[in-house]
Amino acid sequence: MRNSPLNLAALPVGARAHITHVDWDSIDATSARRLRELGLDVGVDVEALHRGSLFARDPMAVRVGRMRIILRLVHAAAFHLEPMA
Amino acid sequence: MSARPLVALIGNPNAGKTSLFNALTGARQKVGNYPGVTVERHAGHLHLPHLGEVDLVDLPGSYSLTPASPDEEVARNVLLGTQAGEKRPDALIIVVDAGNLAQHLRFVFELRALGIPTIVALNMVDMAERDGLTLDAAALAKAIDLPVIATVAVRRRGVEDIKEKLDALLAADAPAWASFAEMPLDERTLAARRAAKAAVVHESVTRDVTRRIDAVLLHPIAGFLILLTILFVMFQSVFSLAEAPIGWIEAGIAALGDGVKAALAPSILRDLLTDGVIAGVGAVVAFLPQIVILFFFILLLEATGYMARAAFLMDGLMARLGLSGRGFIPLLSSFACAVPGIMATRAIADPKDRLVTILIAPLMTCSARLPVYAVIISAFIPARQVAPAIGLQGLVLFGLYLMGIMGAMGAAFCLRRTVARGGTSHLLMEMPRYQWPRTRDIAIALLQRAWIFLRRAGTIIFSTTVILWVLLSFPRVDAGSGQSQIEHSVGGRIATGIEYVVRPIGFNHDIAIALLPAMAAREVAVSALATAYAIDTPDEAQMSGQLASHLGTRWSLATALAFLVWFVFAPQCISTIAITRRETNSWKWPAFMVGYLFALAYVAAGATYWTAVAFGLG
Repeated sequence: MRNSPLNLAALPVGARAHITHVDWDSIDATSARRLRELGLDVGVDVEALHRGSLFARDPMAVRVGRMRIILRLVHAAAFHLEPMA
Repeated sequence: MSARPLVALIGNPNAGKTSLFNALTGARQKVGNYPGVTVERHAGHLHLPHLGEVDLVDLPGSYSLTPASPDEEVARNVLLGTQAGEKRPDALIIVVDAGNLAQHLRFVFELRALGIPTIVALNMVDMAERDGLTLDAAALAKAIDLPVIATVAVRRRGVEDIKEKLDALLAADAPAWASFAEMPLDERTLAARRAAKAAVVHESVTRDVTRRIDAVLLHPIAGFLILLTILFVMFQSVFSLAEAPIGWIEAGIAALGDGVKAALAPSILRDLLTDGVIAGVGAVVAFLPQIVILFFFILLLEATGYMARAAFLMDGLMARLGLSGRGFIPLLSSFACAVPGIMATRAIADPKDRLVTILIAPLMTCSARLPVYAVIISAFIPARQVAPAIGLQGLVLFGLYLMGIMGAMGAAFCLRRTVARGGTSHLLMEMPRYQWPRTRDIAIALLQRAWIFLRRAGTIIFSTTVILWVLLSFPRVDAGSGQSQIEHSVGGRIATGIEYVVRPIGFNHDIAIALLPAMAAREVAVSALATAYAIDTPDEAQMSGQLASHLGTRWSLATALAFLVWFVFAPQCISTIAITRRETNSWKWPAFMVGYLFALAYVAAGATYWTAVAFGLG
């Protein structure tokens, strides 16, 4: 699934998807570790909740399990997804 | 270090740890610092039925034992027994959010391997039930092999059970604590998911309150307008709600001054007490209501979970300046005080991003500026309504806050392209669900903040006021010489030197006197003015209530406005400079900060003065 066309940065608000692969190498080690500690990892389901404000499309808020996490699109782009029904 | 057992509270941020700590210890807590670092240490006592008193310490909220901030590092060091000033805890209470077990249990599996006797507090079970979760504490205990107690900290549910369990764990004849193997992060994540599944008896779909609220509060346009409205209401309230209590405090201080004057024979000592101590410290203490109101709003925004939303909404704007939304929280805290604000920048991952946030934090209008603004505004700005529920005085105050914010934005934009270029700023944070704030928790935090302010008034402000009184009172003028006491004194002569520098921007001799001691803390400017007038006009009642009317007759409006603008920018606070030195670990950055802020203050105050004079307000 490495070339999956959908990544988290492009997931539309309200849509849910399954994380199939993560480009951990594209993220600095500290952020990568914190993302995993916040539950963003291969095998979990995510939902895009909110995106940006008046000034930009960045950042986005996602739901993972019962957690809501705010992250920038540069990080979100590393998460490759498989759409869910 | 006491021989008493030490129990530590630990858990993820947003687990309700502080509420549980408050429920266990009550209002009698000690807030201090860990030696050598600027991490706050919250400690208290807990009375156990058998063992008696034990010490309880509330460790900073952490996601894991791999620290991402100095706060998390302190938490880890305490747990490993390597933190100076704290012994290794004899028992742990791990606080987990019942509504977010899969996340919070990951940390439990890591902490379990430390080998410290542990209780897991399954907290906020009521909130979990609201979200449609039915949990089985016994099943959870079995899944994680640790004792579990269901708690609702706000209603003190489970508190007695925790005490009993601690008694059993800490008893001399307690069985040896089981040892658990360390698990890598992947395994912990899987184990946490499995254990969470085992603990959930029933999960039903309920309406998601947080989602509904966020639909409005995080709306790209409406959400932003609401954020601005909240900030506006906050600053209006600081002025309007505080009016009455300030009056009471001022009346009390005036009565105290008169009482002392009547009780003692005229002497230097009596002058020191009334003109120095009571007039000076009193003028600052009178601003306690405003500081309490401001902290009340900030605590409320934190407790409800709104702060993370504010960070989300502001991130787009902050990113344009080269900062992150994470910086919004430290900057908003800096409206109360830049010192905790600068400490809070440690949550910002990128060093350059963090440095710029530190450098602009003093531009946020801290509570110490309020006394200065309040005195000048009430002396020079008429208390008129410009629109229903909007007063002119409040509007001017809002304008001063706005000026600080604009200055900070401009400074960030420039700094990020010059001295602090490069690096990438990130935003990565949890957005907690909304919660109804707990009155008791807010009250305890508010009392702690008020006490810290009064302690400052009693130490820094007291000593600078006394020193200033001495400088302005000696050498004495000869009675009947007609000379001004202040002009004749050592302080007056120093001020004449300062006046030479600040004269071009419209500052007079009074201001020159106030500027030097205000380096210790901005609010001292008010007590310095009060002390100066008290010494110079010994026949009148000189308490702070009269200070405004004194100024109104002695300063021009242009001077007053220039003085206000000066305080928007000037880095007049030794504590801020000291904390910047400590947090950047160099003298270079605090020196740079002081330099650029003084330059900015001088130019802005000068521009204000000359513009006002050109409009005929001089």
